[in-house]
Amino acid sequence: MSRRAPRLDPGGTDLPVLLPAADHLQRRAVRERELGAAVPRLDWRHGAVLLAGLLVSAGLAQAQSGEGQEPVLEVIVRWLPVLLEGFLFNIVISFLAMAFGTLVGTWLGLMQISLLLPVRTGSWIVTQFFRNAPWLVLLFYCMFLLPFEFTIGSLTIPFPDWLKATIGLSLPVLANVSEIVRGAVNSIPSGQWEASESLAFNRRQILWMIILPQCVKRMLPPWMNLYAILTMATVLASVVGVSEMMTQAGRVLAAEDRPGLLIPIYSFVLLCFFVYCYPIARWTVALERRFQVKL
Amino acid sequence: MAWTPDQPIVSCKEVHKAFGAVEVLKGVSLDVAKGETICVIGPSGSGKSTLLRCINALVPINSGSITVEGQEVHDPKLDKLALRRKVGMVFQQYNLFPHKSALQNVMMAPVTVLKQDKAEVEQRAYRLLKKVRLEGKEQAYPGELSGGQQQRVAIARALAMNPDVMLFDEVTAALDPETVKEVLLTIRELAEEGMTCLLVTHEMGFAREIADMIYFTDRGVIVESGPPKDFFASAKDPRTKEFLSQIL
Ligand SMILES: Nc1ncnc2c1ncn2[C@@H]1O[C@H](COP(=O)(O)OP(=O)(O)OP(=O)(O)O)[C@@H](O)[C@H]1O
Ligand SMILES: [Mg+2]
Repeated sequence: MSRRAPRLDPGGTDLPVLLPAADHLQRRAVRERELGAAVPRLDWRHGAVLLAGLLVSAGLAQAQSGEGQEPVLEVIVRWLPVLLEGFLFNIVISFLAMAFGTLVGTWLGLMQISLLLPVRTGSWIVTQFFRNAPWLVLLFYCMFLLPFEFTIGSLTIPFPDWLKATIGLSLPVLANVSEIVRGAVNSIPSGQWEASESLAFNRRQILWMIILPQCVKRMLPPWMNLYAILTMATVLASVVGVSEMMTQAGRVLAAEDRPGLLIPIYSFVLLCFFVYCYPIARWTVALERRFQVKL
Repeated sequence: MAWTPDQPIVSCKEVHKAFGAVEVLKGVSLDVAKGETICVIGPSGSGKSTLLRCINALVPINSGSITVEGQEVHDPKLDKLALRRKVGMVFQQYNLFPHKSALQNVMMAPVTVLKQDKAEVEQRAYRLLKKVRLEGKEQAYPGELSGGQQQRVAIARALAMNPDVMLFDEVTAALDPETVKEVLLTIRELAEEGMTCLLVTHEMGFAREIADMIYFTDRGVIVESGPPKDFFASAKDPRTKEFLSQIL
């Protein structure tokens, strides 16, 4: 008469026929638990809905506005260079924040498995702090705490807002990368450490030549997932006045002064992000599947 | 002071080891002469693996002494890496590096740790893989090899460091009966060539044939020991008798 705690069994469910979705959801839950992060949920249908939304709202705006007004889609096309330039800025910010976050986050993650207690504790605190702080708050902190220029001797280096925003966005990224690295290192069986220690490798060699190469596979899906999340978060930079796509969309709306454009323009913004992030999400899922079979 | 080959190559004296409050080794003493093969047998949890791990300093001991070629293993000043170059170890779960081919698994430590010439190590690796009967499998990855083949790669990998002592921790326990034979054959050849071998094993028949000495451990102490002939024929301790009656 032993009572067992309920648990998720990756093998299947009791109700495979009645609940076709249950199996699928359960597998996702298992995968998310293993990765320690949410699995992207983007689906092509989301894109279809967005596109339909854009077209319907454009049609409605068209119907509302009187005769002789320029068609909504033409307005969007006319502003396309401005909007896409903004979008390019989002992507540049996401690249830089990801690169910086990955570089620093990897070291932070390795510090979390240091043999020295103070290093371990310190990096753990930093990781937890930046991981759990709201992204927007971190962004504001960076905007107002970082100087607008650096002076080294007689040389003055300007420090523009967009760069500050990039650093602000890279803080949660580095904390998440730190956790991804730590989790991946811990997921390698201890036998790998023992075997390499018995072959007289030192800790540094073990980490860089044996453990981390095996981690890359495990880290890639959550890392790409994080990148997709970051890309979508780059619009936060509009709040602090960086000329990325959201800011540009606002400017377009102000210039046009036509309330009916609001929904079509923002739908277009959403669509751009979808078109960019969707392939990343699909690729992540594909990689995950492939590695799962191999492991 | 200097060690000479007529002294024990591995010598444990009153070794105590506890994990937290659990005492796993409660005063274990044993000597192994150069070229000798000893087998440690005993029930699960009696501390056999722990003893082997202590010998190449994978885990620290609480008290007592272990020397390898006269050097105190748990001397804090000892260069652990130097010790591990002399002591090779093979594990129950093979623990091959899955991202490296069989050949790379064998070559890695001599090239990066001993800084030996790559071409020379490669030749040696081919020779060792041939010796463990894995000719033609050099480029295979661990995931593509059977358990027995992986275990033989692991043996070749340990041998590539040219160790003076080899530790085998239940290296056949995870294998199916067919492949056990291949691995045991490899170990037997090694022992016959004069390698000093310490084996933890449940293969009594093999232990009887190959060992110079058998040690029976139970709950952290060596209960009984002797050459296999005497040991299997006339075990005196009731614990040994019970264990042997269960297993034979
Ligand atoms: N790292 C560890 N931390 C805590 N306890 C441990 C550790 N390693 C081993 N033990 C405990 O020490 C005891 C002896 O373990 P050991 O692996 O040496 O036994 P064994 O004789 O090799 O058994 P088996 O035949 O099952 O391999 C066990 O009770 C085990 O739970
Ligand atoms: Mg064991």
